[in-house]
Amino acid sequence: MAGDTLTSGEYIRHHLTNLTYGQLPDGSWGIAHNAAEIKAMGFWSIHVDTMFWSIFLGVLFLYFFKKVADNVTAGVPAGMQNFAEWTCEFIDVSVRGSFSAKNNLVAPLSLTIFIWIFLMNLMDLLPVDVIPEISKLLGIHYMKVVSTTDPNATFGMAIGVFIIVFYYTFKIKGVGGFLGELTLQPFSSKNPVVQGLFIPINFVLELVSLISKPLSLSLRLFGNMYAGEMIFILIAIMYSAGVTMGLLGGVLQLGWAIFHILIITLQAFIFMVLSIVYLEMAHTDH
Amino acid sequence: MNINLTLIGQLLSFVVFVWFTMKYVWTPIMGALEERRKKIADGLAAGERGQHEQELAQERAKGVLQEAKAQAGDIVAQAQKRGTEIIDEAKTGARTEGERLITAARAEIEQEVNRAREQLREKVAVLAVAGAEKILRREIDASTNQDIVDALAKEI
Repeated sequence: MAGDTLTSGEYIRHHLTNLTYGQLPDGSWGIAHNAAEIKAMGFWSIHVDTMFWSIFLGVLFLYFFKKVADNVTAGVPAGMQNFAEWTCEFIDVSVRGSFSAKNNLVAPLSLTIFIWIFLMNLMDLLPVDVIPEISKLLGIHYMKVVSTTDPNATFGMAIGVFIIVFYYTFKIKGVGGFLGELTLQPFSSKNPVVQGLFIPINFVLELVSLISKPLSLSLRLFGNMYAGEMIFILIAIMYSAGVTMGLLGGVLQLGWAIFHILIITLQAFIFMVLSIVYLEMAHTDH
Repeated sequence: MNINLTLIGQLLSFVVFVWFTMKYVWTPIMGALEERRKKIADGLAAGERGQHEQELAQERAKGVLQEAKAQAGDIVAQAQKRGTEIIDEAKTGARTEGERLITAARAEIEQEVNRAREQLREKVAVLAVAGAEKILRREIDASTNQDIVDALAKEI
C-alpha cells in the first residue's frame, strides 16, 4: 500500500491529515487538497472526517440506547436491554463512587462520555488503511477515522465538561465562592497584610491548576490515541518492507491491537472518572 | 494539530448527545432498573411475610390442635362419668322398682290370702250352719250335741 507511490514520511503525513473543509486560497470554499492549504485555512475550517465519524458513532450509540429505552421493561430483561442496563449500572456505580451530591446530569453525562469516547477509540482497532483506502476509491483523499486523535474532538469534549463544571461552581458557590477558591488557598493567613500578599500567589497557582484541568483532560486522551494511532501506522509501513517484515508487522499489529483494547477502554474510563471528579469538586467546598 | 471550527462542532455535538442521553436514554433505563429493584424488593418482602404468616399459622394450628385434644379428653372423661352415673342411676332405679314390685306383690298376696281366708270363713260358717242343720235335723238335742258344736267352733 505504502512505499510504492509514497515515501514513509508521506504515508504517515497522509494518515495524519484530516479531511478539511474551508476557504481555499483562491477564495472559494471546498475541501483542502494538501497540508499547505489546510494551514492557510486557519481557524475557519472544519474537519469533515472528525465530525462525520464522531457524530456517526454518537448517533449509533444514541440509536442503540434509545431503542432499548423505548422498549424498556421492568420485567425480565433480554438481549440488548441486558447490555444497556449493565452499562448504565456500571456508570451509575462509578458515579456514585466519586460523586456525592445529587445531580441528575452527571450520570447521563458520564454515560455519554464513556460510550462515545469508547466508540471513537474503537475505530483505532480497524486496520489503519481500510477506511482511508475505501474512501480513496470514493474520491476522498484524506480520511482520519479515529476522531479522538483529533485534538479538536478531545478539547471540544473537555470544554463541554468544563462549561458544566463552571455552571455548577457558580450555581452552588456563587461568584464569591469561586473567586474565594481562586485566591484564598492554598496559602492563607489570619494576618490581613500577609493574606493580601498571599492573594496574588494563590491566584497564579489556582489559575494554572484551573486551566491545566481541561487541558490535561483532553491532552491525555488525545496523546494516548494519537500515539497509538501512530504506532499502528508505523507497523503498517512494515507491510511494504518484504515478507519477513510484513509477518513481523502482522504479529506486532495483533499484539498492539490487543494491548490497545485496554488503552481505549481505560482512556474512555479515565476521561469519564475525571469529569465526575471535577464535577464533584464543583459541588463541594474544599 | 490544527485547532479550528471542528472544536465548536464537537462541543455542540457533545452537548446535544449529553442532552439526548439525559432526556431519552438515562431516565427510562434507570427508571426501569429502579422499578425492577422495587419489584424484587416487594417480592422478597412478600415472600418473607408469607413465610412469617405460615409460621404463625402453624403455631396457631398447633395451639388449636392441643386445645381440641384437651377438649376431646374432657368430653371423653365427662362421657365416662356420665355413663357410670347412668348405670348407677339405672341400678338404683331398678332396685327400688324391684323392691316396690316385691312390696306390691306381697301386699297383693296378703290381700288374696285375707280374701281367701274371708271366703273360707264365710264358707266354713255356711258349712257349720249346714252341719248344724243336718245335726239338728237328726236330733235336736243341744246338750248332747254341744260338744260337736264346740268342737266346730274351735276349729274355726
